[in-house]
Amino acid sequence: MVAGESGATRRSLVAVSAGLGQPSSTRMLAERLLGGTSDALAEQGVGVDTEIVELRGHAHAIVDAMLTGFASGELDEVLGRVTAADGLILVTPVFTTTYSGLFKSFLDILDHDALRGVPVVLGATGGTARHSLALEYSLRPLLTYLRAEVVTTSVFAATEDWAGTDAGPSPKSHHDAAQTEGLPRRIHRAGRELADRVAANPVRQSGDLFDGTPDFGQMLGQLGH
Amino acid sequence: MQFGIFSVSDITPDPRTGRAPDDTERVRSMVTIAQHADQAGLDVFATGEHHNPPFVASSPTTLLGYLAGTTENILLSTSTTLITTNDPVKIAEDYAMLQVLAKGRMDLMMGRGNTGPVYPWFGQDIRQGINLAIENYALLRRLWTEDVVDWEGRFRTPLQGFTATPRPLDGVAPFVWHGSIRSPEIAEQAAFYGDGFFHNNIFWPTTHTSRMVQYYRERFEHYGHGRADQAIVGLGGQFFARKNSQQAWDEFRPYFDNAPVYGHGPSMEDFTSQTPLTVGSPQQVIDRYAAMREHVGDYQRQLFLIDHAGLPLKTVLEQIDILAGEIVPALRQEFDAKRPEGVPANPPSHTERVAAGRDLATVGAAPVNRDES
Repeated sequence: MVAGESGATRRSLVAVSAGLGQPSSTRMLAERLLGGTSDALAEQGVGVDTEIVELRGHAHAIVDAMLTGFASGELDEVLGRVTAADGLILVTPVFTTTYSGLFKSFLDILDHDALRGVPVVLGATGGTARHSLALEYSLRPLLTYLRAEVVTTSVFAATEDWAGTDAGPSPKSHHDAAQTEGLPRRIHRAGRELADRVAANPVRQSGDLFDGTPDFGQMLGQLGH
Repeated sequence: MQFGIFSVSDITPDPRTGRAPDDTERVRSMVTIAQHADQAGLDVFATGEHHNPPFVASSPTTLLGYLAGTTENILLSTSTTLITTNDPVKIAEDYAMLQVLAKGRMDLMMGRGNTGPVYPWFGQDIRQGINLAIENYALLRRLWTEDVVDWEGRFRTPLQGFTATPRPLDGVAPFVWHGSIRSPEIAEQAAFYGDGFFHNNIFWPTTHTSRMVQYYRERFEHYGHGRADQAIVGLGGQFFARKNSQQAWDEFRPYFDNAPVYGHGPSMEDFTSQTPLTVGSPQQVIDRYAAMREHVGDYQRQLFLIDHAGLPLKTVLEQIDILAGEIVPALRQEFDAKRPEGVPANPPSHTERVAAGRDLATVGAAPVNRDES
């Protein structure tokens, strides 16, 4: 998916979905947040490259990486693109009051500094809206610890949001088409917030391991020798 | 090209019998393994340094000192000596003593160690790992090359008029390798001093190893020690070989599946394709490791991990025989045939380093000494 025109200002967006089912409402939410963010960037004339990563396909490799200490093959490439992205959309199902184990394991295999300063929007799915605060008490502190720049709005989609049993905060409309307005509106707001951050930031340089290596004189010098 | 083995000294139960050796038996098995490698004609035996079970190799120079007296030709080394948590003064003394006793048949490899709790046990802070490696090694070099040292630094008490004894054999410090898997700073340090760089690539994809070695080579040339392709490089490796591939797979699989470092994770099929671990016939091992030069250039030392994961001593000794008898001769031929002019076949020996020192002394030139910049 490509929008916008100028190569110099292009940004990359990666949406990570920790959904386990197929089809997955978590992936659907990730797609919509990605779409919302891309549209908002396009309105500002910023072109985007987008990608959706479904952790389900990498589940075994993620556990392997935890056991061996390195990621290999396809997972290694995915990690490269996720950590180089200009903006991230992270969406997890809520299990037993918090993010899924797969979602946490994925974050655990990232370098400690990999998400430092990266604009992020958070999303979660669950059976009931009563879990919606998991985004605030559990995902947000996790990403804050990783020093990501998490936007103010996060989006929780409960089953009823998809089913359209709750009209959301839109008392004026009584049409069927407007029944899910609550969720689209929240997605739109979150996407716009992420897009604003991404557009305001310079294009990220690749976090190459060797870029910041000081020369030896500097290293000795810092120690006062 | 030097070929040898390096041990991490793990005590792991044999998954086929459930039996594990005790500490005494494991230490003695390391002695037997090193002596057998010497008799089989391998070039290097290196021991790790660990201060926590299930590893027994806490005192490398004691082990290597004993081996110096009970082996003939094999070069004795470490993989690695902890430059972060050992006092550099003690390293200078211990390894100069070993060098004298081994008549120069030794070198050593510096490493930072990756076991968090070891740092506080020895009064250090893991967050200072790189800085400790930089400062401690700078002091170690001075203790070996200068007879009387005045020194003050961040991590240990100052020294005034200190002389480390015994002085290095023939006035030449032991050759040093710097081992690092992830930190370009250590490749930079190795390059700065013109020391060797060892990449223990056994759990890592080739792309990463290539990049680290290339960085070291470029910086080696930058610091004026020679051309990039002349830099002294060593690699790790792992194999399990039997006459035919199926036999090797069947016999090694239970050890792989339960190994402390990769067991219960990736399949042996995945792991052998993603890392240098090669399980198969001697020819398969030869083909795999002959290809290493395509990724890192011509290099000078190849060490294999073979005594781990609970493999019985008898099996380890058989692996040494297969390595020395079938794999090394073929690899040596392969590497010798392809090595370009001017690229050293081996790391510098003690004799060569002594001679190089004399050459410089005769022409009146001072040896390159950047230690104290």
